[in-house]
Amino acid sequence: MIWLGIDTSHTPLAVAVVKDDQVLAEFKSSLKITHSIGAMPTIEALLKKADIKPSDIDAIAVAKGPGSYTGVRIGVTIGKTLAWTLNVPIVSVSSLQVLAGNAAYFPGIVCAIMDARRGNVFAGIYTNGEVVKEAHMSLLELLKTVEEMGQPVLFVGMDVNIHWEQIKEVLGDKVERANAAFSLPSAAVLIELAKKQQPTEAHTTVPEYLRITEAEANWMKEQKKNDN
Amino acid sequence: MIKDQYILGIETSCDETAASIVKNGHEIISNVVASQIESHKRFGGVVPEIASRHHVEQITIVIEEALKQANMIPKDLDAVAVTEGPGLVGALLIGINAAKAFAFANSLPLVGVHHIAGHIYANALVQPMEFPLLALVVSGGHTELVLMKADGQFELIGETRDDAAGEAYDKVARVLNLPYPGGPHIDRLANESDGAVPFPRAWLEEGSYDFSFSGLKSAVINYQHNAEQRGEEINPNHLAAGFQESVIEVLTAKTLRAAREFNVKQVIAAGGVAANKGLRKSLEETFEKENIPFYVPTISLCTDNAAMIAAAGNSKFSAGKTSDMSMNGRPGMELNSWN
Repeated sequence: MIWLGIDTSHTPLAVAVVKDDQVLAEFKSSLKITHSIGAMPTIEALLKKADIKPSDIDAIAVAKGPGSYTGVRIGVTIGKTLAWTLNVPIVSVSSLQVLAGNAAYFPGIVCAIMDARRGNVFAGIYTNGEVVKEAHMSLLELLKTVEEMGQPVLFVGMDVNIHWEQIKEVLGDKVERANAAFSLPSAAVLIELAKKQQPTEAHTTVPEYLRITEAEANWMKEQKKNDN
Repeated sequence: MIKDQYILGIETSCDETAASIVKNGHEIISNVVASQIESHKRFGGVVPEIASRHHVEQITIVIEEALKQANMIPKDLDAVAVTEGPGLVGALLIGINAAKAFAFANSLPLVGVHHIAGHIYANALVQPMEFPLLALVVSGGHTELVLMKADGQFELIGETRDDAAGEAYDKVARVLNLPYPGGPHIDRLANESDGAVPFPRAWLEEGSYDFSFSGLKSAVINYQHNAEQRGEEINPNHLAAGFQESVIEVLTAKTLRAAREFNVKQVIAAGGVAANKGLRKSLEETFEKENIPFYVPTISLCTDNAAMIAAAGNSKFSAGKTSDMSMNGRPGMELNSWN
């Protein structure tokens, strides 16, 4: 069984090819190369290196978000198009869960975050690999939630550094951050998570943004005003 | 015997998700368009982020439908053509990445197509193009006069310096409280009108083939404001007719002057605003008198579609021009010749 994994949900690009229980090849980078330019050539090169033809692929794993809207869409579009035209299953996994998967053996709370600007983050809270919460929220709210859980916590993700001072201030000695080697998503981790989940139909596979668009939010506010 | 060439076209530059298969650059085998217009109506215009979200939901369904209607499988195709630009970047990227993944999975060549080249080649789906040819491209995002001396050769001889014609239509429609998109409503009101408010014509400096519609737009807004302040009711038909007359007169006159100067064999209109009845009639009458063949595609081929991208892609692919897997969306792409 040959898996192709793709994660373009944030600045990093992650691609991997896994055959049964063996990671044949993996690529990850945090270079600021537009995914539209970088993703397909990387997939093409990695498969070539592993001597795998597109028609050899048996399943696709893709990170479905949250993250950068455009970034998430590029990976999901590539993943769903490949799955549909190659007629293979596709499994989409939370991008936060993929990040948290870097710390699968940490014996406490794992908290994966991506910066969402204006004091907000996309955050996933996990214990023993199980999802406690995944949401778009303010950093303060996240820290309060984690603090109330009263356990040691490990923060994962390349955006942790942006907020580290504030995180440390609230959580003190209970908190650690994953080092640079574990800060980027791994498409091999993505594939391992995908193996445990149910595939979705390629046509209906869509990103999970965890946030409605600004235009919709304003429109809804306007509707509420008119209702009152 | 020359082998038939089948191109899959994909278009997602704005608010239509479209896929089509075209044979030899002129015969439509299938043509599928999923419009998002209902979803954008409540916002009074296209919201780029929402357009991108819909494209991801629709893209594989639309491509599958194009193959199904053509009764074809990917290996029957010779190449995949996709709109590379200009357009909304987030929207373009969905079509481009789907096209790249599809081309890669099926070992097909990839061709990036300019959206305006697509609008021009929509005419190849109606009758053979003859050169030199003059194209008037008018849509919500573009107002351009393009001279083609040969297949795949483009010379931009005039363009708008501010608003596109279709943009001006939408803004004036908002003044009149007409629903989005406003163009067809103004066209209808103007055709029903028994009079017209005189508005200025923007000829610009002598000899120029460029256009400008922002002054006209302001004149319409001022007219409405003044009437409002005086407590007078405006006649929306007269206002629509006056606006439309100004737009059409300038578009027709500049197109005619260019057609004479470059001695063209064919004049074509393309783009969403080419569906405008008043404009079609004016151009038809003018070029009939002038004895220059004038063509405009059927309305469904004037608005955004993927058949036009496949038709232009056929010409570019035949010229040996292909793209690789690093193709990016180019929102400000220039119209360059490929021959």
